[in-house]
Amino acid sequence: MRDVAIIGIKTTRFGENWDISLRDTITEAGVGALEDAGVTGEEIDAIIVGNMSGGQFIEQEHIGALIADYAGLAKELHVPATRVEAACASGGLALRQGIHAVASGLEDIVVAAGVEKMTDISSSSASTALAAAADREWEGIMGATFPGLYAMIARLHMHKYGTTSEQLAQVAVKNHANGVHNPIAQYHNKISVDDVLRSIMVADPLHIFDCSPITDGAAAVILAPADIAHKYTDTPVYVKATSQASDTIALHDRKDITTLAATVEAGKRAFRMAKLTPGDIDLVEVHDCFTIAEICAIEDLGFVKKGEGGKFTEEGNTAIDGKIPVNTSGGLKSCGHPVGATGIKQAAEIVEQLRGDAGKRQVNGAEIGMTHNVGGSGATAVVHILSRNR
Amino acid sequence: MSVPRFWRKQVARYNLIGTHCTNCKTYYYPPRSMCPKCRRDGKTENYKFSGRGEVLTYTVIHTAAEGFEKQTPYVLGIVKLEEGPSLTSQIIADPGTMKIGMKVRPVFRKLGESGEKGMIYYGTKFVPE
Repeated sequence: MRDVAIIGIKTTRFGENWDISLRDTITEAGVGALEDAGVTGEEIDAIIVGNMSGGQFIEQEHIGALIADYAGLAKELHVPATRVEAACASGGLALRQGIHAVASGLEDIVVAAGVEKMTDISSSSASTALAAAADREWEGIMGATFPGLYAMIARLHMHKYGTTSEQLAQVAVKNHANGVHNPIAQYHNKISVDDVLRSIMVADPLHIFDCSPITDGAAAVILAPADIAHKYTDTPVYVKATSQASDTIALHDRKDITTLAATVEAGKRAFRMAKLTPGDIDLVEVHDCFTIAEICAIEDLGFVKKGEGGKFTEEGNTAIDGKIPVNTSGGLKSCGHPVGATGIKQAAEIVEQLRGDAGKRQVNGAEIGMTHNVGGSGATAVVHILSRNR
Repeated sequence: MSVPRFWRKQVARYNLIGTHCTNCKTYYYPPRSMCPKCRRDGKTENYKFSGRGEVLTYTVIHTAAEGFEKQTPYVLGIVKLEEGPSLTSQIIADPGTMKIGMKVRPVFRKLGESGEKGMIYYGTKFVPE
Protein backbone atom coordinates (compact mmCIF):
# COMPACT_ATOMS: atom_id res chain seq x y z
CA MET A 1 0.00 0.00 0.00
CA ARG A 2 1.30 3.49 -0.88
CA ASP A 3 1.42 6.51 1.40
CA VAL A 4 -1.03 9.22 0.34
CA ALA A 5 -0.73 13.01 0.57
CA ILE A 6 -3.15 15.90 0.27
CA ILE A 7 -1.63 18.41 -2.16
CA GLY A 8 -4.47 20.88 -2.67
CA ILE A 9 -7.58 22.14 -0.87
CA LYS A 10 -10.50 24.48 -1.40
CA THR A 11 -13.69 25.14 0.53
CA THR A 12 -16.33 27.46 -0.90
CA ARG A 13 -18.21 30.02 1.17
CA PHE A 14 -20.71 28.17 3.38
CA GLY A 15 -24.15 29.67 3.86
CA GLU A 16 -27.57 30.21 2.36
CA ASN A 17 -26.25 30.72 -1.16
CA TRP A 18 -29.44 31.18 -3.18
CA ASP A 19 -27.51 32.57 -6.15
CA ILE A 20 -25.29 29.49 -6.61
CA SER A 21 -26.34 26.05 -7.90
CA LEU A 22 -24.93 22.68 -6.81
CA ARG A 23 -22.99 22.29 -10.05
CA ASP A 24 -21.45 25.76 -9.79
CA THR A 25 -20.49 25.50 -6.12
CA ILE A 26 -18.77 22.12 -6.55
CA THR A 27 -16.99 23.36 -9.69
CA GLU A 28 -15.66 26.32 -7.69
CA ALA A 29 -14.34 23.96 -5.00
CA GLY A 30 -12.79 21.55 -7.50
CA VAL A 31 -11.11 24.26 -9.58
CA GLY A 32 -9.84 25.96 -6.43
CA ALA A 33 -8.29 22.76 -5.11
CA LEU A 34 -6.65 22.01 -8.49
CA GLU A 35 -5.20 25.52 -8.63
CA ASP A 36 -3.96 25.18 -5.06
CA ALA A 37 -2.21 21.92 -6.02
CA GLY A 38 -1.02 23.11 -9.44
CA VAL A 39 -2.60 20.06 -11.06
CA THR A 40 -4.01 20.12 -14.61
CA GLY A 41 -7.28 18.48 -15.67
CA GLU A 42 -5.39 16.00 -17.84
CA GLU A 43 -3.62 14.62 -14.77
CA ILE A 44 -6.82 13.68 -12.91
CA ASP A 45 -7.42 9.94 -12.73
CA ALA A 46 -10.69 9.94 -10.80
CA ILE A 47 -13.24 12.04 -8.94
CA ILE A 48 -14.97 10.80 -5.79
CA VAL A 49 -17.77 13.02 -4.48
CA GLY A 50 -19.74 12.83 -1.27
CA ASN A 51 -23.35 13.94 -1.55
CA MET A 52 -26.09 12.88 0.80
CA SER A 53 -29.25 13.62 -1.05
CA GLY A 54 -29.23 15.48 -4.36
CA GLY A 55 -32.41 13.52 -5.06
CA GLN A 56 -34.32 15.02 -2.18
CA PHE A 57 -32.71 18.46 -2.07
CA ILE A 58 -32.62 19.34 -5.78
CA GLU A 59 -34.23 16.31 -7.47
CA GLN A 60 -30.93 15.49 -9.12
CA GLU A 61 -29.15 12.16 -8.94
CA HIS A 62 -26.13 11.04 -10.97
CA ILE A 63 -24.14 13.75 -9.21
CA GLY A 64 -20.76 12.23 -10.17
CA ALA A 65 -21.34 12.57 -13.90
CA LEU A 66 -22.89 16.01 -13.48
CA ILE A 67 -19.77 17.24 -11.70
CA ALA A 68 -17.37 15.70 -14.22
CA ASP A 69 -19.38 17.38 -16.98
CA TYR A 70 -19.44 20.86 -15.44
CA ALA A 71 -15.77 20.60 -14.45
CA GLY A 72 -14.94 20.02 -18.13
CA LEU A 73 -13.65 16.54 -17.37
CA ALA A 74 -16.35 14.46 -19.08
CA LYS A 75 -16.78 15.29 -22.77
CA GLU A 76 -13.15 14.99 -23.88
CA LEU A 77 -11.27 13.42 -20.94
CA HIS A 78 -14.00 11.04 -19.70
CA VAL A 79 -12.65 11.09 -16.14
CA PRO A 80 -14.51 8.54 -13.97
CA ALA A 81 -16.64 10.19 -11.28
CA THR A 82 -18.22 8.29 -8.40
CA ARG A 83 -20.68 9.53 -5.83
CA VAL A 84 -20.61 7.98 -2.37
CA GLU A 85 -23.20 8.35 0.37
CA ALA A 86 -23.27 7.84 4.12
CA ALA A 87 -25.69 10.62 5.07
CA CYS A 88 -23.78 13.43 6.85
CA ALA A 89 -20.57 11.35 6.65
CA SER A 90 -20.65 11.30 2.83
CA GLY A 91 -17.74 13.76 2.60
CA GLY A 92 -15.54 11.79 4.98
CA LEU A 93 -16.39 8.67 3.05
CA ALA A 94 -15.42 10.33 -0.26
CA LEU A 95 -12.03 11.21 1.23
CA ARG A 96 -11.61 7.65 2.48
CA GLN A 97 -12.54 6.14 -0.91
CA GLY A 98 -10.14 8.54 -2.64
CA ILE A 99 -7.36 7.47 -0.27
CA HIS A 100 -8.15 3.82 -1.05
CA ALA A 101 -7.83 4.49 -4.76
CA VAL A 102 -4.44 6.22 -4.48
CA ALA A 103 -3.04 3.91 -1.78
CA SER A 104 -3.90 0.85 -3.87
CA GLY A 105 -1.86 2.13 -6.78
CA LEU A 106 -4.86 2.03 -9.09
CA GLU A 107 -5.03 5.83 -9.40
CA ASP A 108 -2.48 8.62 -8.90
CA ILE A 109 -4.26 11.97 -8.82
CA VAL A 110 -7.73 11.83 -7.28
CA VAL A 111 -10.14 14.67 -6.50
CA ALA A 112 -12.06 13.89 -3.29
CA ALA A 113 -14.92 16.33 -2.96
CA GLY A 114 -18.18 16.90 -1.14
CA VAL A 115 -21.20 19.05 -1.88
CA GLU A 116 -24.71 19.72 -0.66
CA LYS A 117 -27.28 22.23 -1.88
CA MET A 118 -29.87 22.39 0.89
CA THR A 119 -31.66 25.74 0.58
CA ASP A 120 -33.52 25.18 -2.70
CA ILE A 121 -36.32 23.63 -0.61
CA SER A 122 -38.06 24.85 2.56
CA SER A 123 -36.32 24.23 5.86
CA SER A 124 -39.05 21.80 6.94
CA SER A 125 -38.60 19.80 3.71
CA ALA A 126 -34.83 19.88 4.30
CA SER A 127 -35.40 18.52 7.82
CA THR A 128 -37.48 15.69 6.36
CA ALA A 129 -34.71 14.93 3.86
CA LEU A 130 -32.17 14.83 6.70
CA ALA A 131 -34.42 12.56 8.76
CA ALA A 132 -33.88 9.92 6.07
CA ALA A 133 -30.45 9.40 7.65
CA ALA A 134 -32.25 7.81 10.61
CA ASP A 135 -34.59 4.79 10.45
CA ARG A 136 -37.56 6.06 8.42
CA GLU A 137 -39.75 3.06 9.21
CA TRP A 138 -39.20 2.82 12.97
CA GLU A 139 -38.03 6.29 14.10
CA GLY A 140 -39.27 8.79 11.51
CA ILE A 141 -42.81 7.44 11.42
CA MET A 142 -43.15 8.03 15.17
CA GLY A 143 -42.38 11.74 14.75
CA ALA A 144 -38.65 11.57 15.42
CA THR A 145 -36.57 14.47 14.11
CA PHE A 146 -32.79 14.68 14.10
CA PRO A 147 -32.69 17.24 16.89
CA GLY A 148 -35.09 14.90 18.72
CA LEU A 149 -32.74 11.94 18.47
CA TYR A 150 -29.74 13.94 19.69
CA ALA A 151 -31.92 15.50 22.39
CA MET A 152 -32.55 11.98 23.72
CA ILE A 153 -28.79 11.40 23.78
CA ALA A 154 -28.37 14.72 25.61
CA ARG A 155 -31.13 13.96 28.14
CA LEU A 156 -29.54 10.65 29.11
CA HIS A 157 -26.03 12.17 29.17
CA MET A 158 -27.31 14.80 31.62
CA HIS A 159 -29.05 12.14 33.72
CA LYS A 160 -26.04 9.80 33.88
CA TYR A 161 -23.16 12.25 34.08
CA GLY A 162 -24.63 15.52 35.31
CA THR A 163 -23.91 17.36 32.08
CA THR A 164 -25.68 20.75 32.08
CA SER A 165 -27.42 22.90 29.47
CA GLU A 166 -24.77 25.55 30.17
CA GLN A 167 -22.02 23.07 29.26
CA LEU A 168 -23.83 22.17 26.02
CA ALA A 169 -24.20 25.88 25.25
CA GLN A 170 -20.48 26.39 25.79
CA VAL A 171 -19.80 24.19 22.74
CA ALA A 172 -21.80 26.58 20.56
CA VAL A 173 -20.22 29.64 22.17
CA LYS A 174 -16.70 28.31 21.52
CA ASN A 175 -17.48 27.26 17.94
CA HIS A 176 -19.00 30.66 17.12
CA ALA A 177 -15.90 32.34 18.57
CA ASN A 178 -13.78 30.24 16.18
CA GLY A 179 -16.10 30.80 13.21
CA VAL A 180 -15.61 34.57 13.51
CA HIS A 181 -12.07 34.03 12.22
CA ASN A 182 -13.02 31.70 9.36
CA PRO A 183 -13.73 33.62 6.14
CA ILE A 184 -15.87 30.83 4.65
CA ALA A 185 -18.02 30.31 7.78
CA GLN A 186 -21.79 30.71 7.60
CA TYR A 187 -21.87 32.77 10.82
CA HIS A 188 -19.43 35.45 11.86
CA ASN A 189 -21.04 36.43 15.15
CA LYS A 190 -20.06 35.63 18.70
CA ILE A 191 -22.80 34.33 20.97
CA SER A 192 -23.06 33.91 24.74
CA VAL A 193 -24.27 31.04 26.90
CA ASP A 194 -27.35 33.16 27.68
CA ASP A 195 -28.05 33.61 23.95
CA VAL A 196 -28.12 29.82 23.56
CA LEU A 197 -30.27 29.22 26.63
CA ARG A 198 -32.72 31.97 25.64
CA SER A 199 -33.07 30.72 22.05
CA ILE A 200 -36.19 28.72 21.20
CA MET A 201 -36.43 25.11 22.28
CA VAL A 202 -36.35 22.70 19.32
CA ALA A 203 -36.28 19.38 21.13
CA ASP A 204 -35.83 19.62 24.88
CA PRO A 205 -33.04 20.01 26.08
CA LEU A 206 -31.67 21.28 22.73
CA HIS A 207 -32.28 24.91 21.77
CA ILE A 208 -31.99 26.20 18.22
CA PHE A 209 -28.44 27.43 19.03
CA ASP A 210 -27.50 23.89 20.03
CA CYS A 211 -28.16 22.83 16.41
CA SER A 212 -26.05 23.16 13.28
CA PRO A 213 -27.76 25.09 10.46
CA ILE A 214 -28.96 24.18 6.98
CA THR A 215 -26.19 25.17 4.58
CA ASP A 216 -25.09 25.22 0.95
CA GLY A 217 -21.44 24.60 0.17
CA ALA A 218 -18.74 22.43 -1.30
CA ALA A 219 -15.17 21.43 -0.58
CA ALA A 220 -12.49 19.51 -2.45
CA VAL A 221 -9.05 18.11 -1.74
CA ILE A 222 -6.51 16.71 -4.21
CA LEU A 223 -4.87 13.40 -3.33
CA ALA A 224 -1.58 12.10 -4.70
CA PRO A 225 0.94 9.37 -3.89
CA ALA A 226 3.25 10.72 -1.17
CA ASP A 227 6.29 9.93 -3.33
CA ILE A 228 5.35 12.57 -5.91
CA ALA A 229 3.64 15.09 -3.60
CA HIS A 230 6.67 17.41 -3.56
CA LYS A 231 6.42 17.76 -7.34
CA TYR A 232 3.25 19.77 -6.69
CA THR A 233 3.66 21.46 -3.33
CA ASP A 234 6.21 22.36 -0.67
CA THR A 235 3.64 21.65 2.03
CA PRO A 236 2.04 18.27 1.45
CA VAL A 237 -0.02 16.88 4.30
CA TYR A 238 0.21 13.14 4.78
CA VAL A 239 -2.63 10.74 5.52
CA LYS A 240 -1.56 8.76 8.58
CA ALA A 241 -4.85 6.93 9.04
CA THR A 242 -8.26 6.45 7.49
CA SER A 243 -10.92 4.46 9.29
CA GLN A 244 -14.63 3.86 9.28
CA ALA A 245 -17.09 1.98 11.47
CA SER A 246 -20.81 1.16 11.46
CA ASP A 247 -23.44 0.94 14.19
CA THR A 248 -27.18 0.32 14.26
CA ILE A 249 -29.21 2.66 12.04
CA ALA A 250 -31.70 3.36 14.86
CA LEU A 251 -30.60 5.07 18.05
CA HIS A 252 -32.82 2.77 20.17
CA ASP A 253 -30.79 -0.32 19.18
CA ARG A 254 -27.46 0.99 20.56
CA LYS A 255 -25.75 -0.69 23.50
CA ASP A 256 -25.45 2.68 25.23
CA ILE A 257 -27.47 5.65 23.99
CA THR A 258 -24.83 8.15 25.18
CA THR A 259 -21.92 6.47 23.37
CA LEU A 260 -21.42 6.54 19.62
CA ALA A 261 -19.80 3.11 19.38
CA ALA A 262 -18.96 3.68 15.70
CA THR A 263 -16.93 6.71 16.76
CA VAL A 264 -15.18 4.71 19.49
CA GLU A 265 -14.27 1.95 17.05
CA ALA A 266 -13.28 4.22 14.14
CA GLY A 267 -11.13 6.23 16.55
CA LYS A 268 -9.37 3.12 17.88
CA ARG A 269 -8.75 1.82 14.36
CA ALA A 270 -7.31 5.17 13.27
CA PHE A 271 -4.98 5.45 16.27
CA ARG A 272 -3.84 1.86 15.66
CA MET A 273 -3.18 2.52 11.97
CA ALA A 274 -1.25 5.74 12.68
CA LYS A 275 0.52 4.24 15.73
CA LEU A 276 -0.56 7.30 17.72
CA THR A 277 -2.64 8.06 20.82
CA PRO A 278 -5.08 10.90 21.58
CA GLY A 279 -2.23 12.72 23.37
CA ASP A 280 -0.36 13.02 20.05
CA ILE A 281 -3.16 14.95 18.33
CA ASP A 282 -2.69 18.74 18.16
CA LEU A 283 -6.20 19.60 16.98
CA VAL A 284 -9.39 17.84 15.94
CA GLU A 285 -12.40 18.67 13.80
CA VAL A 286 -15.35 16.71 15.21
CA HIS A 287 -18.90 16.26 14.00
CA ASP A 288 -20.83 18.79 16.14
CA CYS A 289 -24.17 18.56 14.32
CA PHE A 290 -25.55 19.31 17.79
CA THR A 291 -23.68 20.58 20.83
CA ILE A 292 -24.13 17.22 22.61
CA ALA A 293 -22.51 15.53 19.60
CA GLU A 294 -19.24 17.40 20.20
CA ILE A 295 -19.25 16.39 23.85
CA CYS A 296 -19.86 12.73 22.94
CA ALA A 297 -17.21 12.93 20.19
CA ILE A 298 -14.37 14.14 22.40
CA GLU A 299 -15.28 11.43 24.93
CA ASP A 300 -15.71 8.64 22.38
CA LEU A 301 -12.45 9.51 20.57
CA GLY A 302 -10.61 9.29 23.90
CA PHE A 303 -9.64 12.93 24.48
CA VAL A 304 -11.49 12.92 27.80
CA LYS A 305 -13.09 10.25 30.00
CA LYS A 306 -16.72 9.27 29.28
CA GLY A 307 -19.04 11.68 31.02
CA GLU A 308 -16.48 14.45 31.50
CA GLY A 309 -16.82 16.15 28.11
CA GLY A 310 -19.17 18.85 29.37
CA LYS A 311 -16.94 19.92 32.25
CA PHE A 312 -13.84 19.68 30.01
CA THR A 313 -15.49 22.03 27.50
CA GLU A 314 -16.69 24.44 30.18
CA GLU A 315 -13.12 24.74 31.51
CA GLY A 316 -11.93 25.97 28.09
CA ASN A 317 -9.83 22.93 27.21
CA THR A 318 -11.28 22.71 23.68
CA ALA A 319 -10.67 26.36 22.72
CA ILE A 320 -7.99 27.29 20.16
CA ASP A 321 -5.51 27.91 23.00
CA GLY A 322 -6.78 24.98 25.08
CA LYS A 323 -5.34 21.51 25.74
CA ILE A 324 -6.92 20.06 22.61
CA PRO A 325 -8.39 22.62 20.20
CA VAL A 326 -11.70 21.27 18.84
CA ASN A 327 -13.38 22.63 15.71
CA THR A 328 -11.12 25.58 14.92
CA SER A 329 -13.12 26.02 11.68
CA GLY A 330 -16.17 26.89 13.75
CA GLY A 331 -17.42 23.34 13.42
CA LEU A 332 -20.73 22.40 11.90
CA LYS A 333 -22.42 24.82 14.30
CA SER A 334 -20.82 28.07 13.12
CA CYS A 335 -19.03 27.20 9.86
CA GLY A 336 -22.21 25.50 8.63
CA HIS A 337 -23.15 21.97 7.66
CA PRO A 338 -23.70 21.27 3.95
CA VAL A 339 -23.97 17.60 4.84
CA GLY A 340 -22.10 16.01 1.93
CA ALA A 341 -19.33 18.64 2.06
CA THR A 342 -18.62 18.64 5.79
CA GLY A 343 -16.20 15.69 5.88
CA ILE A 344 -14.04 17.26 3.17
CA LYS A 345 -14.18 20.70 4.78
CA GLN A 346 -12.90 19.17 8.02
CA ALA A 347 -9.87 17.76 6.19
CA ALA A 348 -9.28 21.09 4.39
CA GLU A 349 -9.33 22.88 7.76
CA ILE A 350 -6.75 20.48 9.21
CA VAL A 351 -4.53 20.91 6.11
CA GLU A 352 -4.77 24.71 6.41
CA GLN A 353 -3.78 24.45 10.08
CA LEU A 354 -0.87 22.08 9.43
CA ARG A 355 0.40 24.38 6.69
CA GLY A 356 0.30 27.24 9.20
CA ASP A 357 -2.15 29.19 7.02
CA ALA A 358 -5.11 29.45 9.41
CA GLY A 359 -4.59 33.10 10.40
CA LYS A 360 -6.33 34.04 13.66
CA ARG A 361 -7.55 30.45 14.05
CA GLN A 362 -4.02 29.08 13.88
CA VAL A 363 -3.07 26.48 16.48
CA ASN A 364 0.58 27.21 17.21
CA GLY A 365 2.94 24.46 16.11
CA ALA A 366 0.20 22.13 14.87
CA GLU A 367 1.76 19.00 13.35
CA ILE A 368 -0.91 16.29 13.62
CA GLY A 369 -4.65 16.76 13.20
CA MET A 370 -7.71 14.55 13.19
CA THR A 371 -11.13 14.63 11.52
CA HIS A 372 -14.30 12.90 12.73
CA ASN A 373 -17.38 12.75 10.50
CA VAL A 374 -20.65 11.09 11.54
CA GLY A 375 -23.60 9.84 9.50
CA GLY A 376 -27.08 9.93 11.03
CA SER A 377 -27.31 9.54 14.78
CA GLY A 378 -24.05 7.55 14.71
CA ALA A 379 -24.61 4.64 12.32
CA THR A 380 -21.48 5.64 10.37
CA ALA A 381 -18.31 7.25 11.67
CA VAL A 382 -15.32 8.14 9.52
CA VAL A 383 -12.02 9.23 11.09
CA HIS A 384 -8.82 10.51 9.50
CA ILE A 385 -5.45 11.43 10.99
CA LEU A 386 -3.33 13.88 8.98
CA SER A 387 0.25 14.95 9.60
CA ARG A 388 2.84 17.42 8.34
CA ASN A 389 5.40 14.64 8.56
CA ARG A 390 5.35 11.51 6.47
CA MET B 1 -44.72 6.60 3.66
CA SER B 2 -46.26 4.62 0.78
CA VAL B 3 -49.17 2.23 1.38
CA PRO B 4 -47.24 -1.00 0.67
CA ARG B 5 -44.30 0.12 2.81
CA PHE B 6 -46.58 0.69 5.79
CA TRP B 7 -48.86 -2.28 5.12
CA ARG B 8 -45.95 -4.75 5.04
CA LYS B 9 -45.30 -4.25 8.77
CA GLN B 10 -48.79 -3.18 9.75
CA VAL B 11 -49.44 -6.20 11.98
CA ALA B 12 -46.13 -5.69 13.80
CA ARG B 13 -46.93 -2.01 14.35
CA TYR B 14 -50.51 -2.60 15.53
CA ASN B 15 -49.74 -5.51 17.87
CA LEU B 16 -46.10 -4.98 18.90
CA ILE B 17 -45.05 -8.16 17.16
CA GLY B 18 -41.32 -8.57 16.85
CA THR B 19 -38.86 -11.41 16.53
CA HIS B 20 -37.53 -14.05 18.91
CA CYS B 21 -34.41 -16.03 18.01
CA THR B 22 -34.79 -19.55 19.40
CA ASN B 23 -31.05 -20.11 18.97
CA CYS B 24 -29.72 -17.28 21.19
CA LYS B 25 -33.05 -16.54 22.98
CA THR B 26 -32.83 -12.82 22.13
CA TYR B 27 -35.93 -10.73 21.42
CA TYR B 28 -36.04 -8.05 18.73
CA TYR B 29 -38.38 -5.18 18.08
CA PRO B 30 -38.68 -3.86 15.41
CA PRO B 31 -38.85 -7.31 13.78
CA ARG B 32 -35.84 -8.63 11.89
CA SER B 33 -35.69 -11.26 9.16
CA MET B 34 -32.26 -12.41 10.38
CA CYS B 35 -30.96 -12.58 13.95
CA PRO B 36 -28.12 -10.02 14.05
CA LYS B 37 -26.34 -12.01 16.79
CA CYS B 38 -26.46 -15.52 15.28
CA ARG B 39 -26.73 -14.28 11.69
CA ARG B 40 -27.12 -17.35 9.42
CA ASP B 41 -27.24 -19.72 12.40
CA GLY B 42 -30.23 -17.94 13.93
CA LYS B 43 -33.79 -19.26 13.96
CA THR B 44 -36.35 -16.48 14.11
CA GLU B 45 -40.06 -16.64 14.97
CA ASN B 46 -42.68 -14.00 15.58
CA TYR B 47 -43.19 -12.87 19.15
CA LYS B 48 -45.88 -10.63 20.62
CA PHE B 49 -44.43 -8.32 23.25
CA SER B 50 -46.30 -7.52 26.45
CA GLY B 51 -45.51 -3.87 25.79
CA ARG B 52 -44.62 -3.18 29.39
CA GLY B 53 -41.39 -1.28 29.69
CA GLU B 54 -39.60 1.76 31.00
CA VAL B 55 -38.47 5.06 29.56
CA LEU B 56 -34.75 4.94 28.80
CA THR B 57 -34.63 8.55 27.61
CA TYR B 58 -37.02 11.09 26.09
CA THR B 59 -37.35 14.53 24.55
CA VAL B 60 -40.14 17.03 24.15
CA ILE B 61 -40.34 18.00 20.50
CA HIS B 62 -41.29 21.63 19.87
CA THR B 63 -40.24 21.87 16.20
CA ALA B 64 -42.07 18.96 14.63
CA ALA B 65 -41.27 16.66 11.80
CA GLU B 66 -43.36 17.30 8.65
CA GLY B 67 -46.88 16.01 9.27
CA PHE B 68 -46.58 16.28 13.06
CA GLU B 69 -46.93 20.08 13.30
CA LYS B 70 -50.35 19.99 14.98
CA GLN B 71 -49.14 17.68 17.74
CA THR B 72 -46.45 19.93 19.29
CA PRO B 73 -45.23 19.82 21.94
CA TYR B 74 -45.09 16.02 21.93
CA VAL B 75 -43.01 13.60 23.94
CA LEU B 76 -40.79 11.19 22.01
CA GLY B 77 -39.03 8.48 23.95
CA ILE B 78 -36.98 5.35 23.78
CA VAL B 79 -38.84 2.61 25.64
CA LYS B 80 -37.00 -0.47 26.87
CA LEU B 81 -39.42 -3.41 26.76
CA GLU B 82 -39.31 -5.95 29.61
CA GLU B 83 -38.13 -8.67 27.19
CA GLY B 84 -35.02 -6.63 26.34
CA PRO B 85 -35.29 -4.65 23.11
CA SER B 86 -35.84 -0.90 22.88
CA LEU B 87 -37.99 1.08 20.48
CA THR B 88 -38.76 4.69 19.62
CA SER B 89 -42.31 5.90 20.19
CA GLN B 90 -44.39 8.79 21.38
CA ILE B 91 -45.33 8.84 25.03
CA ILE B 92 -48.70 10.37 25.75
CA ALA B 93 -48.08 12.30 28.93
CA ASP B 94 -47.76 15.81 30.28
CA PRO B 95 -44.14 16.75 29.39
CA GLY B 96 -43.70 18.08 32.94
CA THR B 97 -44.35 14.66 34.46
CA MET B 98 -41.82 12.79 32.31
CA LYS B 99 -38.98 11.00 34.10
CA ILE B 100 -36.24 8.64 32.96
CA GLY B 101 -37.06 5.18 34.32
CA MET B 102 -40.84 5.69 34.47
CA LYS B 103 -42.94 2.60 33.72
CA VAL B 104 -45.12 2.68 30.62
CA ARG B 105 -47.68 0.49 28.84
CA PRO B 106 -48.73 0.40 25.17
CA VAL B 107 -51.84 1.94 23.59
CA PHE B 108 -53.18 1.74 20.03
CA ARG B 109 -53.17 5.21 18.49
CA LYS B 110 -53.18 7.14 15.24
CA LEU B 111 -49.60 7.96 14.25
CA GLY B 112 -50.27 10.25 11.31
CA GLU B 113 -51.72 10.53 7.83
CA SER B 114 -50.62 11.01 4.23
CA GLY B 115 -52.31 14.33 3.62
CA GLU B 116 -56.08 14.91 3.75
CA LYS B 117 -57.03 12.17 1.30
CA GLY B 118 -54.25 9.67 1.99
CA MET B 119 -54.11 6.76 4.36
CA ILE B 120 -54.13 7.09 8.14
CA TYR B 121 -51.31 5.34 9.96
CA TYR B 122 -52.01 3.62 13.23
CA GLY B 123 -49.54 2.03 15.59
CA THR B 124 -48.38 1.73 19.16
CA LYS B 125 -47.71 4.64 21.48
CA PHE B 126 -47.17 4.46 25.23
CA VAL B 127 -48.78 5.92 28.36
CA PRO B 128 -47.51 6.00 31.95
CA GLU B 129 -48.52 2.92 34.02
